[in-house]
Amino acid sequence: MKLQIPFVVKCAMGFVALFVAFAIFGQWLSPYEFRETSLLNRLKPPGTEGYILGTDARGRDVLVRLAVGAQITLIVAIVGTVIGAMLGSLLGIIAAAKRGWTENAIVAAIDVQASLPIIVVALFVLAMFDNSFTLFLLLIGLTGWEVYARLMRGAVLSAKEHGYVTAVRALGASPARIYLGHILPNVASIALVQFTINLPLTILLETALSFLGLGVQPPLTSLGQMMSEGRDRLLTAWWLTLFPGTIIFLLALSVSLIGDWLRDHLDPTLKSR
Amino acid sequence: MTILSINNLSVGLPDGGDRDLAVEGVTFSVGKGETLCLVGESGSGKSVVAQAVMGMLPLQLPVKSGNIEFMGAPLPAQRDPAYLAMRSVRMAMIFQDAGASLDPLQRVGDQLEEIALVHGIDRATRKKMVADILDAVHLPDPKKLARAYPHQLSGGQAQRVVIAAALLLNPELLIADEPTTALDVTTQAEILELIEELRRDRGTAVLFITHDFGVVSDIADRVVVMRKGEVVESGEAAPLLRNPQHPYTRTLLAAATSRAAPRDAVDKSAVMTAQNICLTYKSGGPFNRREVEAVKDVSLTLHKGRTTAVVGESGSGKSSFARCLLRLEDVTSGTLTFEGRDITHLEGAEMQALRKRIQVVLQDPFGALNPRRTIGSAIAEGPIIHGATRADARAKAENLLEMVGLTPQAYDRHPHEFSGGQRQRICIARALALDPDVLIADESVSALDVSIQAQVLALFRDLQQRLGFTMLFITHDLRVAAAIADDLLVMQNGRAVEYGNAAEIFANPSQDYTKALLAAAPGQDLTAVSAA
Repeated sequence: MKLQIPFVVKCAMGFVALFVAFAIFGQWLSPYEFRETSLLNRLKPPGTEGYILGTDARGRDVLVRLAVGAQITLIVAIVGTVIGAMLGSLLGIIAAAKRGWTENAIVAAIDVQASLPIIVVALFVLAMFDNSFTLFLLLIGLTGWEVYARLMRGAVLSAKEHGYVTAVRALGASPARIYLGHILPNVASIALVQFTINLPLTILLETALSFLGLGVQPPLTSLGQMMSEGRDRLLTAWWLTLFPGTIIFLLALSVSLIGDWLRDHLDPTLKSR
Repeated sequence: MTILSINNLSVGLPDGGDRDLAVEGVTFSVGKGETLCLVGESGSGKSVVAQAVMGMLPLQLPVKSGNIEFMGAPLPAQRDPAYLAMRSVRMAMIFQDAGASLDPLQRVGDQLEEIALVHGIDRATRKKMVADILDAVHLPDPKKLARAYPHQLSGGQAQRVVIAAALLLNPELLIADEPTTALDVTTQAEILELIEELRRDRGTAVLFITHDFGVVSDIADRVVVMRKGEVVESGEAAPLLRNPQHPYTRTLLAAATSRAAPRDAVDKSAVMTAQNICLTYKSGGPFNRREVEAVKDVSLTLHKGRTTAVVGESGSGKSSFARCLLRLEDVTSGTLTFEGRDITHLEGAEMQALRKRIQVVLQDPFGALNPRRTIGSAIAEGPIIHGATRADARAKAENLLEMVGLTPQAYDRHPHEFSGGQRQRICIARALALDPDVLIADESVSALDVSIQAQVLALFRDLQQRLGFTMLFITHDLRVAAAIADDLLVMQNGRAVEYGNAAEIFANPSQDYTKALLAAAPGQDLTAVSAA
């Protein structure tokens, strides 16, 4: 079967690739270091000699800060989403496999998690404990797991009823063989699609928390934190918010588009038999 | 008087199909008060003919040539608004899945009334018509039933409501597309009788589409047999059934009448026994505990090399019983023994070793194979689990593929590349890869076309002859049981009703339920003819 990728999805994939490349190699595009201040060159607009995208209120190069911010955002988004996806999928599969009170406990935990206002909880935790990057990552990772858990539980429960699972059980296969060899490959695509749906949400959560000053702490920076710093100068220094904002917007949109396409593509009911 | 006449009808298929025309050069006619059976297997084009008559062909299937005349006048073109005034009033159609033909959110009576409303009949007349028709299809308590929602009806009741809807405006032609295929055998007999009665009383012409020659012999005046879009044989029912000309018709007829040759039990030793098996399903939480007794006190002995059929209607507990024998469910009470050893509560490695010796072939050949694995790895998996090397397992799987009538080259292909019958052969190969002593077939041929069904049954018999395994065959179809069983267990509502030698029970059933079941089976005359 030949893979047909729509033009929009190709663009989205291109942008994501560009973003990743920028996050990794972007720092070499600028001669400056991201913490390097130059008070003589404060708030220079884009296009100024030596500063392609201008400087911020302390005379730091916006280009290099964008590259570092992209890197941090990327790490937070991927690590955070992966933690949630792994934990949630695992709990969902355990719930479906074990049934009984294990399942009831996990389902109860899912309901609790789903009803917590996550930003408020994050504010509380980050305010109570010392704000560290690890804690921040963990916190972001622990949000969103319940979606995977609920999805995987349902998918595994229905996969268990399939004839091939019964047949393989009758062959004498161990539970490990049944779950890892037969059920998991058939439900993994569901988690994968959910991953692409959650990734932009994680990016936005990181942005929101950093914007509130509870995320990544200076001197380190992220796209959200850069926006928060530019907040006071929206009218006088528009470039401080426009560049990180545009990147966040395009990234979230691109990943959503790819996820949408993946969901349609991997859905077996949409494929001709 | 001729109601419907189809002359040389050809309907095209989209490019890339297995043939150019869905229906090619079909000619037949149906007279007033006559039942014409259109017989064929899936893909034969029989439903396409019905859709052409109703003006409901999908856009991808254009009429290429030929014409259809209704009451002496040509039918309007497909999608012509003139059809709106004809459907329901002059011609009506009922389908296999009656439940799906009804709107789940509307009361039955309102749905019936709507048909009359669309055709501009006033309120008082509508009410009376609905009451009359519900009475005519013999629904119990028609007043109460008119207020029921579709989900509150049984399968048979739903089909009666759909028939009522079709006949409400007294059309000249009724097209019935496999209307009894999804029903239990006793319900099927009732619905067939109802259609017969309405045809007699109202003089409706009936175009009845079916794959089942048993049903044909019960109701048909004339028969048209279709295969791959073409008519292979047609004529008056009685002579055609007595003396079919085309080999394909003979195959279909044989499938409806074949009987297993009685075999003497050479070796009377019991391989497996089940004593007083009970199975209760528990569901719900601590506040809404529910219990369903699926199997109640059923006993059975499987003799070496013989085939026992378990027969029952849906909900009789036959599949639950099979799951107990496979130890996929833990019995609530009772004892299972295998070669004299108690296996009721076997666990761990001993249980794993036992699994090897009792294998299963399931009903749905589409769900029974992991879509992401090649069929070769599916067959080889059993031996690998039980310690064979990959090379040995592969050799064994290739050998088995050949044994079940496929080529060893099929090893690396995926399930979706195979037809239903081929998949069922693959499932049989998978089950036999472990050289089981007992093979349990749970409705293994129910999802297949009749001629494929006959082939797969023959394969089962042939393999049993060669390999000597003992078989438990679970089916709702008495004819399948008759074709394969040495012994027979009849189940109803989780209980064993009758158990013994199959030939004796078929000849001389002792229990009322068995008698009713046998009497309801379509094609009584047919069997009598073939036996004579």
